[in-house]
Amino acid sequence: MVKKIYERPIIRPLNSGMMNKFGTRTEYLPVTHIDGVSVKSLIAQYGSPLFVFSERQMRENLRNAKRTFENRYPKVQFAWSYKTNYLNAICNVFHQEGSWAEVVSRFEYDKALHNGVPGDKILFNGPDKTDDDLRIAIKNNSPIHIDHLDELYRLTEIASEMNAKPRVAIRVNMDTGIYPMWDRFGFNYETGQAWDAINKILASGKLELVGLHTHIGTYMLTPSAYGVAAAKMADLALGIKNKFDTKIQYIDMGGGFASENTLKGSYLKGSDIVPSISDYAEVICTALLNAGFKNNDLPALFLETGRALIDNAGFLLGSVIANKRLSDGRKATILDFGVNILFTSFWYDHKISPAQEFGMHTEDTVLYGPLCMNIDVIRENITLPPLNAGDHVVVHHAGAYTVTQSMQFITLRPAIVMIDPKGETHVIKNNETLKDLEHNEKMPAYLQKFKLT
Amino acid sequence: MRIKKNIAVSDTGFIFNPSSGDSYSVNPIGMDIVRHLKQNKEIVEIKHAIMSDYVCDDATFEKDYYDFTMMLRNYKLLEDE
Repeated sequence: MVKKIYERPIIRPLNSGMMNKFGTRTEYLPVTHIDGVSVKSLIAQYGSPLFVFSERQMRENLRNAKRTFENRYPKVQFAWSYKTNYLNAICNVFHQEGSWAEVVSRFEYDKALHNGVPGDKILFNGPDKTDDDLRIAIKNNSPIHIDHLDELYRLTEIASEMNAKPRVAIRVNMDTGIYPMWDRFGFNYETGQAWDAINKILASGKLELVGLHTHIGTYMLTPSAYGVAAAKMADLALGIKNKFDTKIQYIDMGGGFASENTLKGSYLKGSDIVPSISDYAEVICTALLNAGFKNNDLPALFLETGRALIDNAGFLLGSVIANKRLSDGRKATILDFGVNILFTSFWYDHKISPAQEFGMHTEDTVLYGPLCMNIDVIRENITLPPLNAGDHVVVHHAGAYTVTQSMQFITLRPAIVMIDPKGETHVIKNNETLKDLEHNEKMPAYLQKFKLT
Repeated sequence: MRIKKNIAVSDTGFIFNPSSGDSYSVNPIGMDIVRHLKQNKEIVEIKHAIMSDYVCDDATFEKDYYDFTMMLRNYKLLEDE
């Protein structure tokens, strides 16, 4: 007799009238393969946990976004947001597809240069640029996005010293009707700060104002806010043309397009409520095209979308370490990855699928990571089939901000693998070793020896 | 360890407690265990029966059985001992 597949015995109280209209199950199908490569073989070859990126999905996301915007607007340029994911192989996929680089620190700036991005195609954002950073950016002819007056004054001085005329944009924040309003980056539109900065730049004649930049928020669920922002940016650009006869070469609408991840506390799943790229494109392009630019004055549209282009291309594979019962009767499952490498689980309810076949019965479960910390919770509540120790799970939408915000805490960070469009796997980052971590540590001579009794 | 006599157990994994009005669902392996408990079988016999039907090792069965029966007790489906 062939034995049946074992599934942990579960009993679940039935509560009438408690189901929501979407039912109680979270997952209907196991995810056994990613781009045709089996999860089991990936873990067997590279270990668990493991980040996996789909190159095919990344390229498809960018091509779709480009097509969507270019169908509506004649001059569109994407710049890959390094902070979203700056693994060199990931960056180069986007660069191969024509994206420039958008960086927010010298570290990212150097990475972009190292990846071969020409200096004049690196947009230098961020509030923290040292004098040396500014000098390098001037030398490389990179557009510098000025965040505050202190930077504007320093840059003007440095430009004079270097006898150069750097290409700059100002970062503009504004009320787009959303809450909270992001007013920490750049100069405010409504209070006249933006015009004050523009006047200073153009009156000095020491900087070349080539662009206007805004970053109105992150994970924006309201596309209309981009329409408001684009209209205000266009108003500034037109005002600059009228007042100074200076043509603004580009309007940079920043990033912030949402991915299909589900924010904590959201009643509906992200996939049900997130606007599509065309929703964003429609309002932005319409606002710019209707603003009143003469044909030759129409600025290029720059976009620094990160999350929406990579989140669904990244997966985190992991394994079940153990199951336990909490004192209040809830089931808890301990996984081999925690908030240290899935930092985004602090604000997302990540979709998590079992990677093997399962039955029709499910139970409510808390998913914990392996860290010896109470905050190490991957999902406070998820309805999953019973998982046994050693079973594998797949975390979806783990491409954005996971790798760049991961923390090395009590354990080593895992390897990262990319699956190319032919289904071949490539290690794009080895797993960390103790040697990597201790490489920069120094031991004072007097601490080198000790005796325990 | 015995399931209370008045607890109704269907063949499809539906359990009803007439004293409280509460109902529960169990998965097939849970159903098998409940059925064995209804027949007053001891853990050794139940383990033997389950392990001959399912691909399962000793330790896994024991810890899962312990957890499952703890939940049965928690839901007041077991006789007081």
